[in-house]
Formats: sequence, C-alpha cells, structure tokens
Amino acid sequence: MSERLQVRRTAKLFVGGAFPRSESGRSYEVTAADGGFLANAALASRKDARDAVVAARKAFPGWSGATAYNRGQILYRVAELLEGRAAQFIDEVAAAEGVDLDHATAQVDAAIDRWVWYAGWSDKIAMVAGSANPVAGPYFNFSVPEPTGVVAVLAPQGSSLLGMVSVVAPAIVSGNTAVVVACEARPLPAVSLGEVLATSDVPAGVVNVLTGRTAELAPILAGHMDVNAIDLCGAPAEQVPELERLAAENVKRVVRPPREGEPDWTAEPSPRRMLALTETKTVWHPQGV
Amino acid sequence: MTETTTPDLVTPTWDYAPAPEARDIVRLSSSYGLFIDGAFVDTLDGGALKTVNPATEEVLAEVAEAGAKDIDRAVAAARRAFTEVWGPMPGRERAKYLYRIARLIQERAREFAVLESLDNGKPIRESRDVDVPLAAAHFFHHAGWADKLAHAGYGPDPRPLGVAAQVIPWNFPLLMAAWKIAPALATGNTVVLKPAETTPLSALLLAEVVQQAELPPGVVNIVTGAGETGAALVGHPDVDKVAFTGSTEVGKAIQRQIAGTRKKLTLELGGKAANVVFDDAPIDQAVEGIVNGIFFNQGHVCCAGSRLLVQESVETEVLERLKARLATLRLGDPLDKNTDIGAINSAQQLAKITELAASGEQEGAQRWSPESCVLPERGYWFAPTVFTGVAQSHRIAREEIFGPVLSVLSFRTPQEALDKANNTPFGLSAGVWTEKGSRILWMAQRLRAGVVWANTFNRFDPTSPFGGYKESGFGREGGRQGLAAYLDLEVDA
Repeated sequence: MSERLQVRRTAKLFVGGAFPRSESGRSYEVTAADGGFLANAALASRKDARDAVVAARKAFPGWSGATAYNRGQILYRVAELLEGRAAQFIDEVAAAEGVDLDHATAQVDAAIDRWVWYAGWSDKIAMVAGSANPVAGPYFNFSVPEPTGVVAVLAPQGSSLLGMVSVVAPAIVSGNTAVVVACEARPLPAVSLGEVLATSDVPAGVVNVLTGRTAELAPILAGHMDVNAIDLCGAPAEQVPELERLAAENVKRVVRPPREGEPDWTAEPSPRRMLALTETKTVWHPQGV
Repeated sequence: MTETTTPDLVTPTWDYAPAPEARDIVRLSSSYGLFIDGAFVDTLDGGALKTVNPATEEVLAEVAEAGAKDIDRAVAAARRAFTEVWGPMPGRERAKYLYRIARLIQERAREFAVLESLDNGKPIRESRDVDVPLAAAHFFHHAGWADKLAHAGYGPDPRPLGVAAQVIPWNFPLLMAAWKIAPALATGNTVVLKPAETTPLSALLLAEVVQQAELPPGVVNIVTGAGETGAALVGHPDVDKVAFTGSTEVGKAIQRQIAGTRKKLTLELGGKAANVVFDDAPIDQAVEGIVNGIFFNQGHVCCAGSRLLVQESVETEVLERLKARLATLRLGDPLDKNTDIGAINSAQQLAKITELAASGEQEGAQRWSPESCVLPERGYWFAPTVFTGVAQSHRIAREEIFGPVLSVLSFRTPQEALDKANNTPFGLSAGVWTEKGSRILWMAQRLRAGVVWANTFNRFDPTSPFGGYKESGFGREGGRQGLAAYLDLEVDA
C-alpha cells in the first residue's frame, strides 16, 4: 500500500474576506525553524496594502456600528473555532518557531484564551473608559470611548500566533478594523488565523492579513492617509523614526514598539493597547423644561 | 441717536453708551524676563519681542525671546524640581498648591481679565465670564486629583512622566496655560511652558501667581518666544512629554520632530466643525448657537462651528434670522462691557482671514456682512461675515479660517448632513440642533468628532474631556480621561 500524498495548502493573503494571491504575483519561501521548506507565502505589494486599507475602511461603519454584545460574541466565536483547530495551530507554531509541542500547545492555548479575554472587554470598555461628567452648569454631559478607525498593525516578529492575536484582538474589539502585517519569517500561523477569522462571523474586511516584508509594507501603511492609527509592535527598530515621521502626515495615533523588545505574551495583558486605539467622544446637552 | 424721529414705543431700540472697563488695575512693566526656577531672569542668548494691543496697535511691553541656553536652563530647573521636590511630594501637598493657585486667580480675576483683553483683543465680557473663571476652575478641579490618582482607573500607583514641554496658542492664553499646567502638576510632572508670541502677558502674570503661591522653584517655568523657541523646547533631549495646542500644520511638524524619541505626545489642533440645524430645531435658540459657535472670540476657536449645515426647508428662515441677529452685534473696543466682537489678534491673522474670505468670493460663494458694522480705524478688525452658496470643494468649507467667517451649506436628509459634516480631515467638534432626542443620539454617535454639542455650542468645563479625532489631534484635556496625557501609560503588552 502506497503512502497517501499530502494535499498542501497555498498560503494566500486575506483581504476583504477573500483569499487573493499578491496582485504582484510575488511570493517568498517560508522555512521551518530547522531550515526545511514549509510553503511559498504571498509577498504582498503596495497595491495589496492599499487594497487592504480600502477593505478595512469599507468594513468600518458596520463593525463599529455593531453592538458591543455582538462584537463580543464574534470574538468569542473566534476562540471557539480556534479551539477546534488547535492541533493544526500547534503543529504550525512548533514548525515555525522551532519549539516543542508542549511549548507550542501553551502558546495556542494562550492565544485562544486571549480571544476570550478580549471578547469579554467589548461591552466593558465604555464602562471603564467612559464617564458622566459633572459640569458646572445645567447640562447633561458624558464621554464614551469610540474606535479610532482603520488601524495598521505590524505583528511581532517572534511570537507567530499568540503575539499576533495579542495585537489584533485589542485593535478590533472596540470596533476598529485592521490591516495586519504578519510576522515576516513565520507567517503561516497568521495565514491560518485568517482562515479561522473568515469562518467566525467576523465581517469581511474587519481583519486583513498581509504576508511579506515588514520593512516594505510598513512605510506604505504608516504614510497612508486613510489609516488612522498604527501599532509599530513588530517594526524593525531602525525603521521606527521614519515610520513615526510618515505617520505624522495625517496625525496618526502611534503605538510605539515595546522598550525592552518583545514582551512575554503569555502574561496577563493590560487594557492599555486596546484603549490606545480609541478616541474619547464627549456629548453635551442642556437640561431644561 | 443721531436724529430725532418718532419714537417707536412698541419695539424701541436703544443705543449703548460706552461702558469701558478701567484698565488701571493692570500694571504693565516695560519689559519682562523669563520665569525660570522661581525667578524672573534675563535671557542668556535670546532676543526680545514686542507685544501689542491688537485693538490699538499700541506696544504693551517687550518680552524676552528665549534662546537655546535659556531652554537648557529652564528644562534643568524643571528636572531638578521633579527629582528633588515635586516628584517625591505627597499628592495631598501638591493638591494644596494647586488650590492656592486657583484661589489666587479668582482673587486677581479682574486684573487677569483686563490684561487678557488688552493683549489678545477679546471682549472683556468673554475674558471676564469665560477665560478667567474657567482657568481658575481648571486648577481647582485638578487640585483634587493630585491625591486621588490611585482611584482614577490607571492602576494603583500611576507614575508621572517627568518634565513636560508645553506650547500654547494665542486664542485663550491664560485658559490654555491652565489646561496645560493644572493636569501636569496634579499628576506630579514639572513644566516648561511657552506662551504664544503675540499673547505672553497673562502667562507672565500667572508666573507672579505661582510665586505668590510659593510653588517650589522650577515646578513651573515660563519661557516666552516665537516658533524657534517652541521648537527648541519640544526638541530638548531632557523633555519627557510634549503637549501642544495650535495649528494642524505645526502639530504635524512637532510629531515629525519627536519621531524616534520616547517623548509622550498630545496634540490639540485645528478644526472645521459642522453645526447642523434640522428643520425641527428651535430656530431662535439655534441662531444664538450659530452666533456663539462662530463669532465667540472672533472665531479664533479651534472648535468653532465654522460650517453651518442647515436643512433646506428652513434655510431661508434661518438665514434671515441669523442676519438680523448679526446686525445687532457690537464690534469694537474689547474693554467695553457691551462689546460682542473684539479685535483680530494680529496683523498676520487678519491677513490670513482676509485672504481666505477673498478666496470664497473668487470661488463663487456670496459674501455678506451687516451694513451696520463699522470697523475702527486703528487696530486689526474683521466684520462678522457669512458666505452662502458654499460648495464642499470651496476653500472656505475645507480650510480652518480661525476668524469670524461662517460658511453656509444645506442638506436634505440626516444622512446627507452626516456625510457632509464628516467630510473633512478634521474632527474636533460638531453641533446638532433638533428637538428630536433620538436624532440627536443618532447624529452624536456617528459624527467623527471629539466633542458634540447638541442644542448648545462652545461649552467647556474642567470635568469634561476635550480633544479631537483625525487631524484635529490626539489626547484629551479635562476630566478623568485628561489625566492620561501626563501619566506613564506606555503600552507594554
């Protein structure tokens, strides 16, 4: 009896809910930590990045207008589907990061739990970050946090799945839509995460995943006039000043990379990353009869 | 009254006699030094600037223009005060200093108001009733935060950043100084503040108040100067925090300047706010709101309601009543208690407003100003102006004019109003006028602006967070949310 030949997956981009190849026709070789060939991933171009921003902008009114309860359920649904495909992700993380299965399992478990953690935040952000303001006059006055808009996220370069989830979930839970540049050398767990998101009731365009060269895609997104914020977590250190300068062109909100290199993503997150991608809106109305 | 006619006994009109506020309460020096480390000192390597009364073009005083060495000295004083005194001081003690400052401003309110109107050109009614009381309130509110930061929602022991470099504009000189200094001090930072080059005097009077409050030397330093001084301060390597209020153009330059540093930045920049009037709005109240929205402080307000969006079915009525109301506005001596519209702050700003208004005519909009409005001969003045027939593509509908110029556009449906209101790179404020509560909330949720005034406009309070979306900047001033601008809340994981 001959051994069955495995059907390999083509690793594609995830843009606007679809899985296109790079319009440039380019790809790059992804290898395992031990150097073996894993796949050819799409090498996203300027056009792909711009298409992803268009998709994210298109998705913004619907996603930001959805109820917090609805967004919470959808993020929880991501955790459900990820749990069901845990075995695949464990294999992919182990291959990509060169860690043993126990370590990879811990990473995938933490990534699933991270979605659950952020799912629970959706209807609590406004309670924690909002306020009723006792102004000195006959007015009703309140403040609420709102999503910033389209967020570019440069995923961390070390932790291929947990790191990415730890920067994407806080961006979208409040109603932002995201264009994510996956971990450059280890993009396959991100590609698979895109496939999970596509089947988790996350509306098309809410998360868009680009694979390719971070240093090539980052300036395009940092300088894009329809991107409202950028998380520089996975940016090459020497490129950060240039990216911040480009971001100033439309006064983007910038989340700087961690001071001490990539943090321990398994630690309990703080709500700061989520709140850094929100805006406070204050509403006034007179009181009277 | 110029000539005697038959008196109208049903709706009599009255002429106002001049009612000037006495200016002798203000004692001006001929020249002012820099306020560094608790004392007024001469500049080491800078120059001098003259500040004028924009209503008369009279030179009020000469102030120092701080140079790089002065900035070094001021930042060093602030650093020393942060490390040795202000940082280690318990919050409850910091609080009492801030309460003292609030009380001193209240005690010297009249002096501040007159000085502000002299240097800025704004009507005494506004400096007396808005700027100065709000500045005092800002210190009073933030004083109470100094020993309650652990309960503000930023963790059990939120830490200050260190030395804050603060650059403020000329439209609300004292109030903007209060908005910057009060939260910085309450959270335990020390400050180097640069007032605007055309309005340095109230900040220097505030320095006197700081001395009277016996605030430890170096906690607040005030360095006067122009753009170069500001850039030197923002770029100083020992500054941990930069806060700027001013134009979007300069805000972007500052964001570029500090790129690659770890300085925390908050920006409060320009705006092009839509003031949306629906057909069911209380028209008389809306007209008052439109007037307050764009003619308050001569329109020198970043959140001014400079685009009036009025529903087509009431456009004619709203414009008629608006023009009738504008004909009653009194433009003139800022120190006159009856004055509604004061002087434009500087010749440079007047030129900018004049140029943009001319572009409105060139691009085909119809220009109107009340015939009754007579401009004084000396000083910088601009009559309240309304443009109708404005298209979204016109410069007067897109660019911040920062003057008493209103651009009127119309709409038919709520969705169209919303789309037009949001069709701008700015996002500081917006107004909505309607009697329908559900429509207010529908609009308020969808307007991409940091402050939404519904059936009111241009209200401010120290408990109420203020700041922009998009190119109007980031960070908030006021309230619990405003504290974040001065706390170390770097995103770690």
